[in-house]
Amino acid sequence: MYTVIEVVILVCLIGGAFFALTAGVGILRMPDFYSRAHPAGKSDTLAQTLIFIGLAFHSLHHEDLGLTAGVKLVLTAVFLFITAPTAVHAITRAAHLDGLKVWTKDGRDDN
Amino acid sequence: MVSHWAMLLAGGIVLLAIVLVLVRALLGPTIYDRILAVNTFGTKTIIVVAILSILRGRPELLDIALLYTLINFVVTIAILKYKEAGRLD
Repeated sequence: MYTVIEVVILVCLIGGAFFALTAGVGILRMPDFYSRAHPAGKSDTLAQTLIFIGLAFHSLHHEDLGLTAGVKLVLTAVFLFITAPTAVHAITRAAHLDGLKVWTKDGRDDN
Repeated sequence: MVSHWAMLLAGGIVLLAIVLVLVRALLGPTIYDRILAVNTFGTKTIIVVAILSILRGRPELLDIALLYTLINFVVTIAILKYKEAGRLD
């Protein structure tokens, strides 16, 4: 049967892939820009964090890849965890300053 | 061995998500939709490069992934600044 570390790697990778697909569908199907910022900012960040953690566990488990690969993976994950929501926040702020209207179901504008 | 199959599956699903995001980048009504889609496209590309690096046993690709993380962030901020101010200096 599978060892504990393999189960952890599997859960991280499959969960990350699920959230990546959720982010893609959300960005394609959401009705306006501000609601599209939600999957881009949250689901996508969680997806990359989970996948990078899974890859780091795998590379630390297999000695042939070395310790350096795991450290680089964790470093990239931490940097992406900081910069990806910051970039989405900057895009949303620019859109708000540009006067982009918020979508409502009956089409009215509350601003 | 089972984690190799999980990595292949995760890479395939992320590639499918890249296709969905690219459709939004081509459709996008406003320029901000396109910028958001391209930013997400970059993040998912970094994931694919990292998976490829571990899957093929080539750790030097991780440096490319780290570099692309930096470039993706800086390019997004630069495009926004250019849209806002009309110039880059």
